Amino acid sequence: MILSEPKPWEEIEGYLEGDDSVFLLGCDGCDAATGDGGAERVGELSGKLDEGGWNVTGTKVIEFLCNKALAGMKLARISDLIEESDSLLVSCCGIGVQAVSKLVDKQVHPANDTVSMGDFHGTWPSEETCKRCGECLLEYTGGICPLTMCVKGLLNGACGGSYEGKCEVEPDRPCGWELIYERLKDVGRLDLIEEYNPPKARQKYQFGVPMENRNSLYWAIEAEEGE
Amino acid sequence: MSTLKDKLEAGEFAITCEAGPPKGVDLENELKEAEEIAGLIDAFNVTDLQSSAMRMSSVAMCRLLEERGLETVYQMTCRDRNRLALQSSLLGAWALGMENVLALTGDYTTLGDHPDAMPVFDLDSIQLLETIERLNGGEDLVGNELKGSPQFFPGAAANPGADPLKPQILKSRMKADHGARFFQTQAVYDSDVFAKFMEELRDAGVETPVMVGILPLKSAGMARFMDANIAGVVIPDEVIKELTDASDTVQKSLEICSRVINETADLCEGVHLMPMGWEEYVPDILDGTDL
Ligand code: SF4
Ligand code: SF4
Repeated sequence: MILSEPKPWEEIEGYLEGDDSVFLLGCDGCDAATGDGGAERVGELSGKLDEGGWNVTGTKVIEFLCNKALAGMKLARISDLIEESDSLLVSCCGIGVQAVSKLVDKQVHPANDTVSMGDFHGTWPSEETCKRCGECLLEYTGGICPLTMCVKGLLNGACGGSYEGKCEVEPDRPCGWELIYERLKDVGRLDLIEEYNPPKARQKYQFGVPMENRNSLYWAIEAEEGE
Repeated sequence: MSTLKDKLEAGEFAITCEAGPPKGVDLENELKEAEEIAGLIDAFNVTDLQSSAMRMSSVAMCRLLEERGLETVYQMTCRDRNRLALQSSLLGAWALGMENVLALTGDYTTLGDHPDAMPVFDLDSIQLLETIERLNGGEDLVGNELKGSPQFFPGAAANPGADPLKPQILKSRMKADHGARFFQTQAVYDSDVFAKFMEELRDAGVETPVMVGILPLKSAGMARFMDANIAGVVIPDEVIKELTDASDTVQKSLEICSRVINETADLCEGVHLMPMGWEEYVPDILDGTDL
């Protein structure tokens, strides 16, 4: 169960500046359970998009967007709707947003911040894909997570060690920032690469997951039972 | 008073030279070598655990050089310290007399001699530049007021041989936008590559002074290794051949350095020497140029 929190609407509105038509995608997996991705949230976002004057080309809620193979099959059936949209707004965890970003050649906007892996994972769980940083940056990085795809977790472009598309740390590992650069170029949003991403709020993750988000099974059984 | 800043801002050609702290506490050689060439150099870049190998701290060696009247560029990476320690080190460095700082991301820990160390990277180089700018402005990263603020002259690294070049240009522009007031580059051996970089950088609207990186190749083998393994280092085949055919490799290597300086000096604002143990030959390299 991966826990996400909705991003403030003003932040999402900012992402959508310059887009006229938006396809809205939600997740019925963990995010339905936690209330940040499922049909209800998609309905709410759809209303806000309408109000704000965006043309919602379609909405769809898919179970476990994190499972790229499954999501790919479902998205293929609505590819024409996606094709005619300027971008996609995806209400899901960081893993699902990244899966969608790999599947479509459009800018993919994240609607949530992933804060915790909770307890039971989604069908495609991976700390290797999302570090549940609580301030999702996928909007600025072409749907590729800089915290997991860049070994150093850099937030503002490649380090000097990137060489022929590879990371300085391992010869076979792609440089995450090269991937981000190529992706932003492909979707025509290279302007985003020069957006300054400020230092991360580390207390939102790592050792400092806020108490209210620690509603995992572990937390319930092992930490709270002692009280 | 930073000579480096004064010179670069007045449009005068400046020369910096790298000086690596020792692994241990015996600094005799390092200080002697620096003092011997001090008259030729505007400032010494003191490296910060270069290549992630454990060494004496940069700030300590900077101070020892400054005490001898030699100006320094305090190199600082994001690898080993979080934002608290970085800011605190910067304040300390200023109090000890350092004015020039080079903000770097830093090599990854696993490349060095303590591969099991915790890599920090709480900030990246751009955020570190931004941090320096904040401290210069009298407040810390979260906006708390400082009691007395530094006036650092911050610089950054650039890689003219990066392939593709465009992301490098954009990143350099970002560095300039976030406070970098000079660039020191990765080692250059091909002046055409450097000329292209300078052209694109200026076309992108970045007018920040650039100091061309010069690193003597100690052998043809080293040249081949660097060409194949070091990010952004491009060594033309002719240069490798020159070294292979030379009867006196040292002489040839120094000649190549002088030649690259001559070919690039008009395109940029300074030269950054990285002698890597060949400090004694720095005068020969400079003698061989038209500077
Ligand atoms: S930026 Fe990366 S780690 Fe943070 S929420 Fe998004 S996908 Fe997860
Ligand atoms: S080479 Fe690329 S992926 Fe590796 S640490 Fe540097 S920027 Fe990150």
